[in-house]
Amino acid sequence: MTLFALRGIAGRKLRTVLTAVAIVLGVAMVSGTFVLTDSISGAFDAIFTSTYRNTDAVVSGKSAFKLSDQNNTTDPSFDESLLTRVKALPDVDAALGGVQGDAHLIGKNGKAIVFGGAPNIGFSVDPTQPRFNSLTLYQGAWPGPGEVIVDKSTAGKKDLRVGQTIGVQSRGPVVKLRISGIAKYGAVSSIGGATLAGFDLKTAQSLFDKTGKLDQIRIAKKPSVSEDKLLAEVKSILPPGTQVRTGDAQASKDEEGINSFLSFLQKFLLAFGGVALFVGSFVIANSLSITIAQRTREFATLRTLGASRRQVRLAVLVEALATGILASLTGLFLGLALAKGLFWLFEHLGFTLPNNGLPFRGRTILVSLLVGIVVTVLASLRPAFRATRVPPIAAVREGAVLPPGRFARFRPVGSVLTAGLGFALLLLGLLVAHGTRDVIVLMLVGALLIFFGVALFAPQLVRPLAQAASPVARWAVFVFSVLVWPFWTKPYWLLRYGAWGPGSIAKRLPAFVLGALLNPLLLIVVLVVVVRKAVSSWSPEWPVEYPGVLPDRPSTLVGAENSQRNPQRTASTAAALMIGLALVALVATLAAGIIKPFTDAVDQLFTSDYAITAQNNFDPIPPSAARAVGHVSGVEAVASVRAGDGAIPGAAGHVKVVNVTGVEPQTSKVITLKWQEGTPSTIDNLGANGAVVSKAYAKDHHLTVGSQIPLITPTGRLLYLDLKGIFAPPTGGSPFGNITISSATFDANWQQPLNLFTFIKMRDGVTDANTTALKAAIKDFPNAKVQTRKQFKDNQIGAFKQILNILYILLALSVVISLFGIVNTLVLTVFERTRELGMLRAIGMTRRQVRRMIRHESVITALIGAVLGLVLGVVLGALFAIAVKDIQFVIPWLQLVIFTIAAIIVGILAAIFPARRAARLNPLEALHYE
Amino acid sequence: MGNGSNGVVVDANDVTRTYGQGDTAVQALRGVSVDIAAGQLTAVMGPSGSGKSTLMHILAGLDKPTSGTVHIAGTDITTLGDNDLTKLRREHIGFVFQFFNLLPMLTAKENILLPLTIAGEKPENGWFDSLVTQVGLGDRLTHRPAELSGGQQQRVAIARALVARPTVVFADEPTGNLDSTTSAEILQLVRQSVDSYGQTTVMVTHDARAAEMADRVLFLGDGRIVKEMPRSNAHDILVAMEELKIG
Repeated sequence: MTLFALRGIAGRKLRTVLTAVAIVLGVAMVSGTFVLTDSISGAFDAIFTSTYRNTDAVVSGKSAFKLSDQNNTTDPSFDESLLTRVKALPDVDAALGGVQGDAHLIGKNGKAIVFGGAPNIGFSVDPTQPRFNSLTLYQGAWPGPGEVIVDKSTAGKKDLRVGQTIGVQSRGPVVKLRISGIAKYGAVSSIGGATLAGFDLKTAQSLFDKTGKLDQIRIAKKPSVSEDKLLAEVKSILPPGTQVRTGDAQASKDEEGINSFLSFLQKFLLAFGGVALFVGSFVIANSLSITIAQRTREFATLRTLGASRRQVRLAVLVEALATGILASLTGLFLGLALAKGLFWLFEHLGFTLPNNGLPFRGRTILVSLLVGIVVTVLASLRPAFRATRVPPIAAVREGAVLPPGRFARFRPVGSVLTAGLGFALLLLGLLVAHGTRDVIVLMLVGALLIFFGVALFAPQLVRPLAQAASPVARWAVFVFSVLVWPFWTKPYWLLRYGAWGPGSIAKRLPAFVLGALLNPLLLIVVLVVVVRKAVSSWSPEWPVEYPGVLPDRPSTLVGAENSQRNPQRTASTAAALMIGLALVALVATLAAGIIKPFTDAVDQLFTSDYAITAQNNFDPIPPSAARAVGHVSGVEAVASVRAGDGAIPGAAGHVKVVNVTGVEPQTSKVITLKWQEGTPSTIDNLGANGAVVSKAYAKDHHLTVGSQIPLITPTGRLLYLDLKGIFAPPTGGSPFGNITISSATFDANWQQPLNLFTFIKMRDGVTDANTTALKAAIKDFPNAKVQTRKQFKDNQIGAFKQILNILYILLALSVVISLFGIVNTLVLTVFERTRELGMLRAIGMTRRQVRRMIRHESVITALIGAVLGLVLGVVLGALFAIAVKDIQFVIPWLQLVIFTIAAIIVGILAAIFPARRAARLNPLEALHYE
Repeated sequence: MGNGSNGVVVDANDVTRTYGQGDTAVQALRGVSVDIAAGQLTAVMGPSGSGKSTLMHILAGLDKPTSGTVHIAGTDITTLGDNDLTKLRREHIGFVFQFFNLLPMLTAKENILLPLTIAGEKPENGWFDSLVTQVGLGDRLTHRPAELSGGQQQRVAIARALVARPTVVFADEPTGNLDSTTSAEILQLVRQSVDSYGQTTVMVTHDARAAEMADRVLFLGDGRIVKEMPRSNAHDILVAMEELKIG
């Protein structure tokens, strides 16, 4: 039986390959994800290990509570006098104090050097203590006062040389420094798009606005002293607001944020691998079902020869298993290429990631193979059981068909119930469940059931949908043909005519030249054919039919009928495409539902003329940039929003971390808020301890005007705030955090405050003169940019759209898999209808008509998948919009039209190969085919 | 197998078979009783729609009768479940089909050995070789069905039916898809298997030249056995057929 199964695979290579592709891509996604995240995490491991090499203990600032990673609030710095006291400790062999912060290198074009979203890290370097130095000098010398050392990769990319002067900007305006040298960072192959800038301690302190302060002291113990003893000793002299850890503990602490990001990235990408495999399982189940139906006779013969049902089932499962193993192995290695592709993709979409080669870990191999094989075998279960229902008598009956299953008649009811249960679980997850895990599990299972339910019910919809889709398909293909004609169809015909058509060379040469001019790329295709013609006995037929574009009624008629002949097959094929398109449509609907309220919010709130943000639109920037525009003539009001972490004390010493924003006295002139309690001027006059909160926050925490809010700052001070007003932000949110205080209070309690946004109101509003004046004012802050309201909106949405693009590209993978599903079904169908095609050709159907017939069927299948998927996606989007209050329900019409066009193109592409095969059939042989 | 030449290996008792229900019901068999003797070649003849194929399907356990019983080697196969029927097929039944029904991806040798492979057995020493010599396939064993002629394919099929030495071989129009020269060769081969190995064989055919080879010819008409002849020549069989059509 195993022999039978394996020979079956070998005997149907094309079908096996087409089926396997579905799993290959899914497994590649899984394996690629692991390789990618392992590479990134390896890079970070290397970074952090080299950062703390030879370091036994690290003293660092300690904030009063655990900071969130969202607000760029950092642990407080401490006084540098601590260093002397640490050095004086008996067991300390050496100690090095350092500071770090953001440091933007300014390129020759005056703009900050930023690669993707990667950080621009600045830190102090002390070459006199090489044991703590994680940099290795590549060229030049270590930096002295007024100098900077940069990393090799940035220097290479931006052509920076030793001895040049370069601008560096951190807390204040740009400072010009001389490049003293170029260095490499530890053993990491690439630190991604990060830029490194090292300074001597004094320069670094002044750049980072940390004069007289330190962020960190690295300590090496004397030999023969235990780490514990060292820690205890250091601890005894630590002032409040500082802490000491071992070097390893500090490295893993630093890695925490990275690890949670990587774990998120891994789950995020694996989710798409999961979707791809889910779609792949549909394709596999469908291909196997079709082939089993076609091999009814074979299975029946086996049964008459004494094969038991178990053996037949085993044969199918072994075949699936072997396909699964082959596909998973291929996918595993393709994952390496995919990981490279993902690095490239992220880089081009603005998220440059560090990497450490392409590591292939045991876990990657194990999980990828296991997942691929298990999915394949699971998908083959139903076809395998169907095969056992082939009765032995089918061996002697002409055109025997598989008997319907025992449960076939319950299928419509069952499918509706399945989908219903899916929706119920989804809603439960969205509306009722608490806890991320519960919500995700409920929604996941719900979505799976919905997809299964709809896929099972789809055969009922095939007939009406196919009839509705047929004219759409006809005209869409016509339009497409017209568009493609001058650049593909016609030149291809001309080239072939020129190369081996009838007539004299004098007549053919101009045709060939014209064809080559219209589309030179086709020369490659023609060249391949010519070479093949020369080396083998094969000779291409001269395409007698002149390239035409008009729709062809008879062939589309038969094609439309063909698509309804086996509704279940068409439905299963379309279902694979449905899943991908449903997710794409869901993403589009959610995106529209997020963008719309956001732009509405900006329109409502942003009543000033200009905004200043970081070049990348979301990083916070030092307040000095905003101060610089205060003096520009024509400025009527400037107000910035600072942001940082704070904490609300709770029961039993627990604290709750909140977003705190600080606002300046002219806020009401640049931002228009609706006030539930208080007046617009409330926000301008918050004083030393006034605060405002949003309506929702007030409601959740039972606050009214006059309530006292205790707030802990990162440095550990406890502020008592008086609630002075409650505002009602629009659905799309506001620039304000949970608690908003005055910027004076903020600056007094948060070290190194940073602005999220600065809003500016100008006399005369937006004019070219005003724009030029503002730009000139911030020219020393290359990381800041001036935008009008429209630019601000576009930029903010632009960042969001980049994330959307990543989602679309990742979902495209599953659409590609379903494309292979359509190809597979069509190839099998063509094979099955060989005789019929021969008959059609014998009674006068031309090759082109055969091709069009197949293509029409393909496009109809794709359109059915598109309709089902897009409707389902929008419905799911509506459910999300109901459940999540920040999302509005907006139907993204434009995107839906684009996706439909994409589906039609998928249909056209999928038909190319099967249609060629069908057209190649020799009518005489096809009629003889048994 | 080792049944005496007078032993009955297949016996059907008052078998009826009705397809469909109500007004559209078709009675394919209307009470057929027949004994198939061991070591004989029995031909079943009849015009199209006479029920000869249905009878063979029921005798071979491929189809179940609406009423009546069928015994093969003493077992009542009409009450057997799928698993027992499968076991019975392995031990007692061989098939030869009109369209050969060879598995395209297996070589001739693998096709011949398939019944044993399925049952998890190995051919007895020398049996396979003598069988291959008998059917005349010695040099084609490594070929795939697609590389064989129709006659060669049917030889493979006959070898496949004989390889497990079943109690009875059912041949369904074995020459229906072959030219007359090849047909004669194949029929000769069927006859030889009965003569040399004592292979009980039931052959459904509408070809008088095939029936001529049989030890006994059964005529079916309208779902009943209407005539039975001992070994006869083609002419007499044709005459009998003509009479049946007129009658």
